[in-house]
Amino acid sequence: MPVSTEKMVKVFGRPASLTEARFTYCPGCHHGILTRIIAQTIDELGIVERTVGIAPVGCAVFAYLWYRCDAIQASHGRASAVATGVKRANPNLIVFAYQGDGDFASIGTAESIHAANRGENITVIFVNNQVYGMTGGEMAPTSLVGQKTTTTPDGRDPALFGYPIRFSEMIAQLDAPVYVTRQALYDTKRIMDATKAIKKAFTNQLEGKGYSLVEVLATCPTNWRMKPTEANKHVAEVVTKVFPLGDLIDRG
Amino acid sequence: MTKRWMEVFMAKGLLIIDKERCKGCGLCIAACPHQVLAFSGELNRSGYNVVHAERPEACVGCAFCALTCPDVAIEVYRARVPA
Repeated sequence: MPVSTEKMVKVFGRPASLTEARFTYCPGCHHGILTRIIAQTIDELGIVERTVGIAPVGCAVFAYLWYRCDAIQASHGRASAVATGVKRANPNLIVFAYQGDGDFASIGTAESIHAANRGENITVIFVNNQVYGMTGGEMAPTSLVGQKTTTTPDGRDPALFGYPIRFSEMIAQLDAPVYVTRQALYDTKRIMDATKAIKKAFTNQLEGKGYSLVEVLATCPTNWRMKPTEANKHVAEVVTKVFPLGDLIDRG
Repeated sequence: MTKRWMEVFMAKGLLIIDKERCKGCGLCIAACPHQVLAFSGELNRSGYNVVHAERPEACVGCAFCALTCPDVAIEVYRARVPA
């Protein structure tokens, strides 16, 4: 049925910075919401011409297909290091690194921590879904105690595998970062809060303030073996107990 | 008279759902405060059970569904506020 929108005001549509390509994420995955939020922020700040995105290795490896800005696909874990290089080579560019937990908090630990410690003027989006999504649901350093993954079929045992790492708290100990926050996307209010946090992280970079990190608690309904709505509930009730939401530092 | 009728009874919001983008995750159904959305039972080309506006008259154009949609498949329009 054709519908007439002549007498209506458009209140929500696809951000102009998003391409027409369809996301390759599973149904209900929060990566898509986050990609949309970043594109919307780029639109609002009017910086699409001079933004460079750094794609990680993981489910978001195709991030360069979805934005109308330039992008580089970094080696596994090295997105913060590549972002440092791009930003130092041309400080006029707005650089954001988009990394998952296996990328940022596991293989890229050294690069991530030292980019933060140097206070590079970049924006890092850290998507924490407590599992290695793309490779088939293996345990990540952020997996919760007792969480069943393909490599911990009986649940994560701290005696064998250690405890979930709170990476944002580690980075918040450093002197250089300007803004470190943890957000979630499990309901509309959190999505609005995360949108504000990401806008702030980009604004900090535009104003030359320094390193901003936005950790986002995301779901992985496929590897958590849950329905998307159950996964949202799991984040709200279980994950946020281990990874509390809110600003860790804000020196902006 | 017609104008008055429009103001009082017409839906305040309008959703346009891109069926080919929808992956049938159902997050929008859970996010909608007015129970507008439901699964249509219709499959798209990728084989997903797509969402449709089952009670379009109840839509107020709050855009919660569109904010929640991980595939940015929903466009939201709202009626102009009568002057």
